[in-house]
Amino acid sequence: MRHNIAASIRMSWRMLRRDWRAGELTVLSLALVIAVGSVTSVGFFTDRVRLALENQANTLLGADLVMISDQAIAESLRVDAENFLLESATSIEFPSMMITDERNQLVSIKAVESPYPLRGELRISQQRFAPDQVAAGIPESGSIWVDMQLLDLLGVNVNDMVKVGETDFKIAAILTNEPARASGQLFSLAPRVMLNLDDIASTGLITVVSRVRHRMMLAGEITAVANFRAMVEPRLQLGQRMEGIEEARPEVRSALERARRFLGLAAMISVLLAGVAVATSSQRFIRRHLDSCAVMRCVGGSQQQILSIFMFQMLWLGLIAGAVGCLLGFGAQFVLVGIIGSLADFALPPPSLLPILFGLLTGLVTQFGFALPPLLQLKNVPSLRVLRRDLGALPARSISTYGLGIVVLSALIVWQAGDLKLGLYVLGGLMVALLLLAGGALLLLKVLGAFRAHLFVEWRFGVTNLMRRPMSSVAQVIAFGLGIMVLLLFSVIRDDLLDEWGNSLPDDAPNRFLINIQPNQVESLSQFFSEQGLKVPTLYPMIRGRLVEIGGKAVQPENYENPRAQRLLERQFNLSWAAQMQTDNQLITGEWWAASESEGQFSVEEGLAKTLSIEVGDTLVFLIDEQRVTARVSNLRSVEWDSFRPNFFVIASPGVLESYSSSYMSGLYLPENEYIVLDKMVRQFPNITVIDIAAVMTQVRIIIERVTLAVEYVFLFTLIAGLLVMYAAIYSTLDERIRESVILRTLGAGRRRLLNGVVAEFVTLGALAGMVAATAASLLGYILAVHLFQLEYQFNGWVWLVGIIGGGAGIGVAGVLGTRKILNYPPLLALREV
Amino acid sequence: MVENISRSIVRVQGLCKRVVSPEGELVLLDDLSLEISAGEAVAIVGVSGSGKSTLLGILAGLDVPSEGQVWLDGHDLFKLDEDGRAALRQSTVGFVFQSFQLLPNLTARENVMLPLELGGVENVEPQASEMLARVGLAERLHHYPKQLSGGEQQRVAIARAFVVKPKILFADEPTGNLDSATGEHVIELLFELNREQGATIVLVTHDDALARRCNRSLRIDAGRLVAAERSVAV
Repeated sequence: MRHNIAASIRMSWRMLRRDWRAGELTVLSLALVIAVGSVTSVGFFTDRVRLALENQANTLLGADLVMISDQAIAESLRVDAENFLLESATSIEFPSMMITDERNQLVSIKAVESPYPLRGELRISQQRFAPDQVAAGIPESGSIWVDMQLLDLLGVNVNDMVKVGETDFKIAAILTNEPARASGQLFSLAPRVMLNLDDIASTGLITVVSRVRHRMMLAGEITAVANFRAMVEPRLQLGQRMEGIEEARPEVRSALERARRFLGLAAMISVLLAGVAVATSSQRFIRRHLDSCAVMRCVGGSQQQILSIFMFQMLWLGLIAGAVGCLLGFGAQFVLVGIIGSLADFALPPPSLLPILFGLLTGLVTQFGFALPPLLQLKNVPSLRVLRRDLGALPARSISTYGLGIVVLSALIVWQAGDLKLGLYVLGGLMVALLLLAGGALLLLKVLGAFRAHLFVEWRFGVTNLMRRPMSSVAQVIAFGLGIMVLLLFSVIRDDLLDEWGNSLPDDAPNRFLINIQPNQVESLSQFFSEQGLKVPTLYPMIRGRLVEIGGKAVQPENYENPRAQRLLERQFNLSWAAQMQTDNQLITGEWWAASESEGQFSVEEGLAKTLSIEVGDTLVFLIDEQRVTARVSNLRSVEWDSFRPNFFVIASPGVLESYSSSYMSGLYLPENEYIVLDKMVRQFPNITVIDIAAVMTQVRIIIERVTLAVEYVFLFTLIAGLLVMYAAIYSTLDERIRESVILRTLGAGRRRLLNGVVAEFVTLGALAGMVAATAASLLGYILAVHLFQLEYQFNGWVWLVGIIGGGAGIGVAGVLGTRKILNYPPLLALREV
Repeated sequence: MVENISRSIVRVQGLCKRVVSPEGELVLLDDLSLEISAGEAVAIVGVSGSGKSTLLGILAGLDVPSEGQVWLDGHDLFKLDEDGRAALRQSTVGFVFQSFQLLPNLTARENVMLPLELGGVENVEPQASEMLARVGLAERLHHYPKQLSGGEQQRVAIARAFVVKPKILFADEPTGNLDSATGEHVIELLFELNREQGATIVLVTHDDALARRCNRSLRIDAGRLVAAERSVAV
């Protein structure tokens, strides 16, 4: 009878049910379920965390997407947004002067409409320095909300009437937090005056003010936002641009980027462990089906038929286990969210469906990647095996057996990483780790073998067992080693890397910026701080200029494709000058200037240099006060943007910029109870603007803390996957162990002796695995820290101690638990099965 | 049955099987020729290592010879490819092994169903149940091999062999793993079914009693056919 696909499918389904019923697929399907489950729970969870983080970061933007234009935004765009089911709100912003009887002040007016803000919240208070609360809505018609500094600057108070343009408004509240402002230009702020968009016409200001910035804020479902952006962006006109979370503040961006890397990494380790578990249990499944194959060949099954029966069987198993795994993952992430939800006020949006797809795909490709090569060998099992069992044994496991699995897994890891560099780093690390594990295991086994004669009898028995199956022992050391490596990485990464990351935001990071300090106030301001018993903050000169030439060539925004480059050239830079480099900056190339040098020089931040293709030696020309200022770039430096210390893209050597009109700025840390000092300062120096960046910082800190928490939980799943690998490895040798123990018991070995032998074997195996895992984890941690996260790394001696002792004890216990069946197995039953 | 011996179902010509071992080339079968007629019962006997199992393997198309030809039911066995031989086995051959070779994950009935299922036959459960009832295991349909005694396992194997109504049955030491009483029982069953279905039996055995029940015995020594003895009666 010729091979028939439909018949094979029916047969495979029956075989699957029979194998399942016989308990043959338990470990393999468990491996798949846990594998897919851990991948999808990580997937669901990271997906939701990612969405939440993006929302969190969006509160700094006030929306998911903002369109900024120097002309009124067409009404048709609002209609388009509605069609995409997006919420929208417009605002306009412009500088203006506010005048009272005694004083006048430059202010930044912002007119808003409901439902502004779309993300984040407006906070107001009724009194100076009083606790604030979330505002219900926006200023009512006829009233304004203002920054506290403005009250001091104008000498007015809440409930006073003031004139904005031609109309009188009541100051209804003090504005303490405004989300969109945090993402605006921190250094160009005049005190804020917020009013209702309906009132703007009555002020009569729009017609006379030339520079008005129109914003349309948009929020909604993430894909709708992306689709809307994709549609609108190509139609933007000159003077219009879009800003999403990606373009928001650099410190938020870098926090998000790190979060993605951490979570992606944790997910990838789960994927890897899944592969190992599936490979181990597939091997056992196939080994146990060699005889079946021979019998099937013998009773007339063709190679093709047998292969397709097993292939379909694997496919059904992969799909069913994948579906169950997805359900498990979905359930598990709820528990996860519950745990995190109780620890933090952390509302997660529902996940997308992508993790299900990824989970199913992971299950199938992992299963086929690792099961296919040995499966293909099944069809070559000679039918003569029914007469001679020594024929047709599976060839020793080798790279070529797992080649497909390794390739598939590598592709999965890179895909999961969503970043080739990260994917390759982790792959490289894992490859080194695997080689280390394998090499280390072989070496240690050889060393142990040399000492075997000096061991107690049970230990000798255990070690002999390991030596007798060197390849299998090495494979187990690798499996256990990977599990232990994850555990150690868990502690190494979490405790060392996360601490290092958290430390990058020191407790005394500035929480207030002072800007608009006049050069003649530098001395008196310093004096003010020392009189108040406070540390005198460093004051940085600041000067605004537009970059017009790089290396002798005029630069225009349209010369660059990169939108960031275009924006940088459209607007003015904040330049500064200094004799010494700021201590938290790092020189990348070139030399910092010596005090003796008289030639004017620039130092450029490396990110900016890369964006605008600036190199050391290039001459830059800035337009400052309509004058060209020329100097050569003598060095590039890196800046920690998330340190919150004042930093500048371009710094000039002394003597280049001093003759131009400048102001000074500073960043300082004030404890909560000393905010009153600011009130005093503002009264004494009314022109100085104080910017509260504590709110922004709190948000960044919350993101970091939550991400840390999330990473820990994600690693918990990786840990479960690691334990499963260990179980699968133990289980895979169960048949052989039962056979051996039965023979030994038949020959009179007592249970106690057998138990001791098992303990000796697994403790040795665990300790070996722990030793090599500690080495691999340390190296991997080092690679990740130094090359990926740019953090310092200290080798930790405890890792080895914990690895060896923990590995020995853990695997010893797991081994005894996993194989206790052999101690209680009736010899006769076992002999009948042999 | 004996009277029905008409044409040859197995014909072997100049069969050689050599393997290369670390000690040099090893001759397992040496220029062996024989003929077995349809409906005949033939025992292949000889000491351990004489090559009798090798011969059985080659006759059934499970192994390939180094030289020589085998015709099975009119087909030149080694002109067929591996799958061709499997298809021929499916339609023509039944097997009974010393170690039973039941699939441990399948129940007794599923084991009997297997060759029919592989042959694409639909609705095979009644057929398998009937066959098991025929070998006295009607009460054991849903038992797994490890829940059955050796004799019962071998009866399942016999049911599996006969369920496809083979023209020829190959048996490799079918009583080798059984005590003599059980072995006797199994042999009885084997010959009974053989009679019913009119199949040819080729069996390898150490058991002289079993060999005597066959029409003739072929004695193999060091890979050569040394004697062909005709038994008195079946």
